[in-house]
Amino acid sequence: MKIDSKILVVRQNNIDTDQIIPARFLTTTTREGLGQHAFADWRYQNGQKTDSILNTDHGCTVLVGGENFGCGSSREHAPWAMLDYGFKAVISSQIADIFRGNALKNGLVPIEVTPEQHQYLLDHPDTRVSIDVTDATVTLDNGQVWSFELDPFSRHCIVQGVDQLGYLLNLDRQIRQYEESHP
Amino acid sequence: MAQTMFDKIWQRHIVKPAENGHPAVIYIDLHLIHEVTSPQAFTELKNRGLTVRRPDKVLATLDHSTPTSAPDAQGQRKYVSEAAWQQVRKLQENCRRFGIHLHGFDSPHRGIVHVMGPELGATQPGMTIVCGDSHTATHGAFGALAFGIGTTEVGHVLATQSLLQHKPKTLRVWVDNTLRPGVGAKDLILHIIGKLGMGGGTGHVIEYAGPAIEALTMEERMTVCNMSIEAGARAGLIAPDETTFNWLRGRQMAPKDFDAACADWRTLRTDEGASFDKELRVDAAKIGPTITYGTHPGMVIPIGAAVPAARDEVEAKALSYMNLKAGEQLSDRKVDIVFIGSCTNGRLSDMREAANELKGHKVAKSVRMMVVPGSEDIKRQAEAEGLDKIILAAGAEWREPGCSMCIAMNGDMAKPGQTVVSTSNRNFAGRQGPGSQSFLASPAVAARAAVSGFVCEPQAIEETA
Repeated sequence: MKIDSKILVVRQNNIDTDQIIPARFLTTTTREGLGQHAFADWRYQNGQKTDSILNTDHGCTVLVGGENFGCGSSREHAPWAMLDYGFKAVISSQIADIFRGNALKNGLVPIEVTPEQHQYLLDHPDTRVSIDVTDATVTLDNGQVWSFELDPFSRHCIVQGVDQLGYLLNLDRQIRQYEESHP
Repeated sequence: MAQTMFDKIWQRHIVKPAENGHPAVIYIDLHLIHEVTSPQAFTELKNRGLTVRRPDKVLATLDHSTPTSAPDAQGQRKYVSEAAWQQVRKLQENCRRFGIHLHGFDSPHRGIVHVMGPELGATQPGMTIVCGDSHTATHGAFGALAFGIGTTEVGHVLATQSLLQHKPKTLRVWVDNTLRPGVGAKDLILHIIGKLGMGGGTGHVIEYAGPAIEALTMEERMTVCNMSIEAGARAGLIAPDETTFNWLRGRQMAPKDFDAACADWRTLRTDEGASFDKELRVDAAKIGPTITYGTHPGMVIPIGAAVPAARDEVEAKALSYMNLKAGEQLSDRKVDIVFIGSCTNGRLSDMREAANELKGHKVAKSVRMMVVPGSEDIKRQAEAEGLDKIILAAGAEWREPGCSMCIAMNGDMAKPGQTVVSTSNRNFAGRQGPGSQSFLASPAVAARAAVSGFVCEPQAIEETA
């Protein structure tokens, strides 16, 4: 599985899930259609489109955020909104725990790079990257190849489209045994 | 080998250990659900023809999208939108269909999910507790491993009562001495987040320990654990002790054989000599009343201190958003709204603290003050003590229980450019309304701000008293 795109750099650190999808758009009962509200308060002000790079450079499928991306609320609406908006991967030097888990479960690839690699991307916002999820590598247009951590189980799930709920349902016998020994 | 409390609880819940790169499967003892992060999970169950494996281990409430204004004479509630009402209806319908006990509007115990669980005695030491809400960390105050999950995982737990989990690392925050009079749990946790930084706890479960932690009440411990997520940690833990047992004894869902349960719970505490992946030591005696000034909970200053210079581009942006300059005093900043409530500070002790500051005073004319109890139980108890009368007499609003302005998705929100002093947990840009600016503080500080009309003016009340 490969993702090829120019990067879209949003330099800000601590981009919390309230920025990715503000709470007032959470009154939804489905997963679909959240892309129109992704980064709403950055993209719109007083109902008008802003000159945010998210409006002007739309079309990139790889977002490079600042350090500590996806902190705050556990809302899975954040990766849903990013995916619906068109992003397929997010790169940062640190990605918050719950956001990372939520992203992986929906096929949005969270990529943590070293602070030096991160800085390179921030300094070179016109970089194009090719992400190979199977190999867990990022190839830059200058030829550099970076590998990133993607736990084997998550990689397996993303690449093979494995259903984690199906995996858990297959453990019914063990779960029953656990329940019998822990009444 | 000496074990941490986290290790002990983790070990007890392994259904299938981690192997071959697969995460461990752990069993969940208590699953809390609410209207915002559950509908898509139930849809998944319906689409696949699944049932809820253990409805007896699920507790549901209405809190995030629900109005905090009282129902009208016909019992109708004023929802912010049709969508919010639909979300509430959906949870009612899903709970009926799947046999889950919902503490809805007909329940005398309905409340914010992290306030209600402990009040009912559903939250117990040694448990694993999850909820589609990052402030699930609150329940760690009881020595339960409690953390927030996403909606897909809500579905996993509904269907299997289990969760795929990578084992987190451990971080101990040891707090020496005791807090000075007038300094509370909110000041302590804001100070700790300031030290750790917003991502400082990422990948870790924090255990709070030391004399200052042991001296805290259960309400205060919940405030501390609640904000663990604001330092990036998924969970906070405090060892259960007599304070914990005394709080739980006699509660509706507490174990029948309570003494036997206590004997087991005593074994949970971290063994002498157990090691942590990371440690932080804090001196409680050096902490004063604390307040945030930026756009994340790690940007804190002692009350009375001037706004510090930005250390980087991010902080510069935060100051500009907050309309502040380095060297400014927050006592010069006029406040528009004061909010007392949320799963951080919407408990009875917080209502008392606020009322205590308001007694005999009036909320400044330019300020709107909302006091929102965390649950129906708290509302009733506060009214039995006459706190509502003090709050109303001061000119503040006494509202129905719910998350309210903490997440600002039920219509309770600030307007662009408004300044809010809030007892909630997040001061993110736009969190309490697009373009609004939030300062996080304790209930006492927030109530004083309401009276003085300025973000913080601790002396104002003494002068007018």
